[in-house]
Amino acid sequence: MTSNSSLEVKGLAYAYPDGNQALFGVNLNIERGERVALLGPNGAGKTTLVMHLNGILKAGLGSVAVGGLEVNTESKETLQEIRQRVGIVFQDPDDQLFMPTVREDIAFGPINMGITGSDLEDRVMEALVLVGMTDYADRPPHHLSFGQRRRVAVATVLAMKPEILVLDEPSSNLDPASRRELADILRSLDVTLLMVTHDLPYALELCPRSVILSQGTIVADGNTFDILCNAALMAENRLELPVGFEPRK
Amino acid sequence: MIIDSQRITLDTKSEHVHGHGVGDHLYVHKHSIVHDLPAQVKVVAAIGFIFIVVLTPVHAVWAFALYLSMMFMVVGLAKLHFPLVLRRMLIEIPFVIFAVLMPFFGSAPRIEVLGISLSEAGLWAAFGILAKGTIGVITSVTLAATTRARDLLQGLEAIRVPAVLIQIATFMLRYSAVVTNDLARMKVARESRGFSATGIKHWKVLAHSAGALFIRSYERGERVHLAMLARGYNGTIIDLYKPTVVQRDWLIALVLPVLAITIMTIAWVRL
Repeated sequence: MTSNSSLEVKGLAYAYPDGNQALFGVNLNIERGERVALLGPNGAGKTTLVMHLNGILKAGLGSVAVGGLEVNTESKETLQEIRQRVGIVFQDPDDQLFMPTVREDIAFGPINMGITGSDLEDRVMEALVLVGMTDYADRPPHHLSFGQRRRVAVATVLAMKPEILVLDEPSSNLDPASRRELADILRSLDVTLLMVTHDLPYALELCPRSVILSQGTIVADGNTFDILCNAALMAENRLELPVGFEPRK
Repeated sequence: MIIDSQRITLDTKSEHVHGHGVGDHLYVHKHSIVHDLPAQVKVVAAIGFIFIVVLTPVHAVWAFALYLSMMFMVVGLAKLHFPLVLRRMLIEIPFVIFAVLMPFFGSAPRIEVLGISLSEAGLWAAFGILAKGTIGVITSVTLAATTRARDLLQGLEAIRVPAVLIQIATFMLRYSAVVTNDLARMKVARESRGFSATGIKHWKVLAHSAGALFIRSYERGERVHLAMLARGYNGTIIDLYKPTVVQRDWLIALVLPVLAITIMTIAWVRL
């Protein structure tokens, strides 16, 4: 394994406290600057995997390392550093946005990292510019449209300058224009990206590489176009392209 | 491209459950005569019993000893673990503190106990609160542990508790899990941005979270209501499944209050 990997997951297995095992030994290596789509049917363990990347869940077996630093849920300092390095954008922006204004919400993460004063303001503005939401800085999040809230949620994480950006279903519930705008934003970012999605055209558009997680293990890893064209592999893992959609390179 | 991963299976254990509904964390799954009784029968027996206990004169200490041993028998019949019942009875503690204070502030005549001057009336009042409270709590704990929340609501409906109250409680039960999940996901999202609540300086963040959760829940409530109206809701919800009660159920359940009423009568007569 090279030292240039952003994310390194080795033999990760996890069972929930009720005895239900979700991950059965996941291996995944993502190089710095890559954009990777994580595909898989409902219940494959995608969310469970994401929860391990920043130490919300503690691995039953195996390990996760971000930018060379191993996730250790016992050490507070390591955990804090890991959570700065892994920026997760959750599926429902309402889970993420809770402060009275957009500005305060974006400042929340950096403040937790100990950033204050003009540095903090710079970070907030920078993040707002990246997602094109500068005009909305002082609005309460619940007055924004869903697409705007999703963009603010991305900004709240970008303000932490993560090593890797993890997005859970970034295109869900977006209208086509918001979906395209978000794609433009994501493409413009200079960051490693892992995108959990059922939106296969979106994966093809944004991510040169895809991995399929099925029944708790990675069953395929390769070029997104090749994966989407492999009908047998797709069917075996309950993946389907939208009717009428033809993958093109 | 296709990977044949080695599957790692973890050692896990799972317990005997039948898949209970939401809001049933107080329910203890067992098969017993107490569990099997219909909810309304148990509610009537429990409320009746508690009323009789409250009406018993404080000075009849023996009566309270009998009531308590009757409840221990019910707990035993319900196959509940005593440590669990005792742990849940800790909810009584604020009342205990209140009761303990009473002898110090009560009126004359005062008596000496271990060199401390205490009010006799205060001592009796404290004993009354403690005894009646404890028996009331153990009764409620037993009822909650042997009756599913949903059945309890149906039972209350069967004994003519106003429908609006039942509906409010039903929705609370249904949506408490949803709101709890919202709360849990918000917590995960906060922690993912490096936050952990450790002290008073973090209360502001928690307060903002609570506010956001309130707005979300309120808006969800409006959406749910609209969705109900869209399906023709007009203020009443009709229950499809009414629990059936046979005479035998009443006979079994009423043993408790009938015994208690006998004890209370003797207590008053002997006074």
